[in-house]
Amino acid sequence: MQRFWTILMVLFLGVTLAGCAASKKKGGTVEVEDATIGGSGAEVITDASASAVGSDDATAGEIITIDQDDADMDDPLGQRVVYFDFDSSNLTPEAQRVVEAHAQYLSNNPGMAVVLEGHADERGTREYNLALGERRANAVSEIFQAMGVAPDAIRTISYGEERPISMGQDESAWSLNRRVEILY
Amino acid sequence: MPSKKVNSIKGFQHAVMLIFAVAMALIQPGTAAGALTIEITQGEKSGIPIAAVPFRWHGTGNPPANLRGIVAADLHRSGRFELLPPADFLSRPSEVSEVRYKDWRLIKAEALVVGRITEKGPDRFEVSFQLLDVYRERVKVALRYTASADQLRQVAHQISDRIFYEMTGIKGAFDTRIAYVTMNITEENDRVYQLMIADSDGHNSQQILKTTNLPVLSPAWSPNGQWLAYVSFSDNRSGANVWLQDISTGSRRPVARFDGSASAPAWSPDGKSLALTVSAKGNTDIYVLGVSSGEMRRVTKHPAIDTEPAWSPDGRYLVFTSDRNGRPHIYRVSRNGGKAERLTREGKENAGASYDPIGNRLVLVTNRGQGAGYQIGVFYPESGRTDVLTDGTLDESPTFSPNGAMILYATRMGSEGVLAAVSADGRVRQVLKLTDGDVREPAWAASR
Repeated sequence: MQRFWTILMVLFLGVTLAGCAASKKKGGTVEVEDATIGGSGAEVITDASASAVGSDDATAGEIITIDQDDADMDDPLGQRVVYFDFDSSNLTPEAQRVVEAHAQYLSNNPGMAVVLEGHADERGTREYNLALGERRANAVSEIFQAMGVAPDAIRTISYGEERPISMGQDESAWSLNRRVEILY
Repeated sequence: MPSKKVNSIKGFQHAVMLIFAVAMALIQPGTAAGALTIEITQGEKSGIPIAAVPFRWHGTGNPPANLRGIVAADLHRSGRFELLPPADFLSRPSEVSEVRYKDWRLIKAEALVVGRITEKGPDRFEVSFQLLDVYRERVKVALRYTASADQLRQVAHQISDRIFYEMTGIKGAFDTRIAYVTMNITEENDRVYQLMIADSDGHNSQQILKTTNLPVLSPAWSPNGQWLAYVSFSDNRSGANVWLQDISTGSRRPVARFDGSASAPAWSPDGKSLALTVSAKGNTDIYVLGVSSGEMRRVTKHPAIDTEPAWSPDGRYLVFTSDRNGRPHIYRVSRNGGKAERLTREGKENAGASYDPIGNRLVLVTNRGQGAGYQIGVFYPESGRTDVLTDGTLDESPTFSPNGAMILYATRMGSEGVLAAVSADGRVRQVLKLTDGDVREPAWAASR
């Protein structure tokens, strides 16, 4: 069997919060395009200027496929995502190797900021998964700090189960979604 | 009190079409596409046999609403009534003076609903209805309402509430509202989230928030129905935060600024405090925030995950989910903190618990192990027993109706998220298909 790994990374790195104007409508006639949508006090927030890392003109949410036969398989710095077991925030030996390599790189390059994005699979409640993603991101953050990365340079954020990589509903999909993305 | 909604003529015509669609869906479940459909997936013909006669229209043109259809759908959905088919009716009275009781005894109706809608002026209608006891041959209730066209659905729900109360002794919860979240993925692969509010039957839905690529979850109604608290993200750099939004004006604000993140809001029964999950340095604990004072008090302090707080109806306790003993289970703690007591012991995992309005039962998400996945259960703290009410594999976000008779929750149909309702005794279950997108995170308001 050919050893062929595909890592799918969805990177959302939006910067600005565009158009935060609340369209308040009181009394009078309300323009309702569809009876099921609209009404008073709708607010529209658009994260319009999202862009993906590693690609000049990618749009938000673009799926970047990294074929690791092309990437250097042996270079842990080529891996930006580490995966976890179900309901666990313990790092596997493989994940530990990847995290330590990034920690080393970042502590040698002070001034760089890193975002650790924690994610969970869809099993369990959304709020529990938000906390679980937080704990996973924090597990990586602790190694970073232990290896000399400045705490100020690290930002952790959890999206829980809200941003799955794979939309499938089986273990192969879930295993891709239980992850921390190391973004810098 | 009842908030008057402003609709355009076009919106109103659409609403009439939706009413028609519901009526059709009830005759032939699952045939109306796009609009709301209610599909009874489990039920028994063991409810109270009731006959609801189409309300007689006294006016020009077509009747402004199918009141009988709305009332019948409400009563049917509760699982406590068997609606007798109008085709079997031997007469069509519109008030008690026209009723021949033997016509209704013949088809074995225990109760009879008759009524009429009368045009009183431009956009002004008078609705009268009577609920009759067929065997005692007497009027149980007779009421009259005056309403504009866009208030008629609400009038119908109030009639349903009154009938439900007279027949079961339990306060009705049809004239109430729900909130939920929809998510659609665009062709550009953006995730568009909408926070919606609607009547308890899914009609009159209104979008109150729309975000792109910033998840929205955990809506929670203030006890007076004026505010929604929910979890969202302000941008792609900051963690989750809890927001407060005024339903009538649309103005919103984050409840506080946190170093880490905040989530899982729950209003205290007096509406003065919010219980929250706050995460700092990767650890999540429960806090109570004074809504107007902004004062934060820590309730739990444990290295494990503590989240999903919910208040006891007397406001003295909080239940929450914690994995402090390995897998997630439900614990209870005084609102002032102190030692937490473990409540659930059965099952592999239990999470997302909340009390019924009396405080005797908790509805929760339970995983019984052996690959069973996640179902909705009702847990009795006194006995430690859990009744599993659903049979999905990813059921979640259960919310009691304000009268404790129904539970609304999120489930999957294929790969799509839909809302479903189950009676608290598990006898009747139905799917509410609201839109074509992914629908999740229902929350039932305590008052209109």
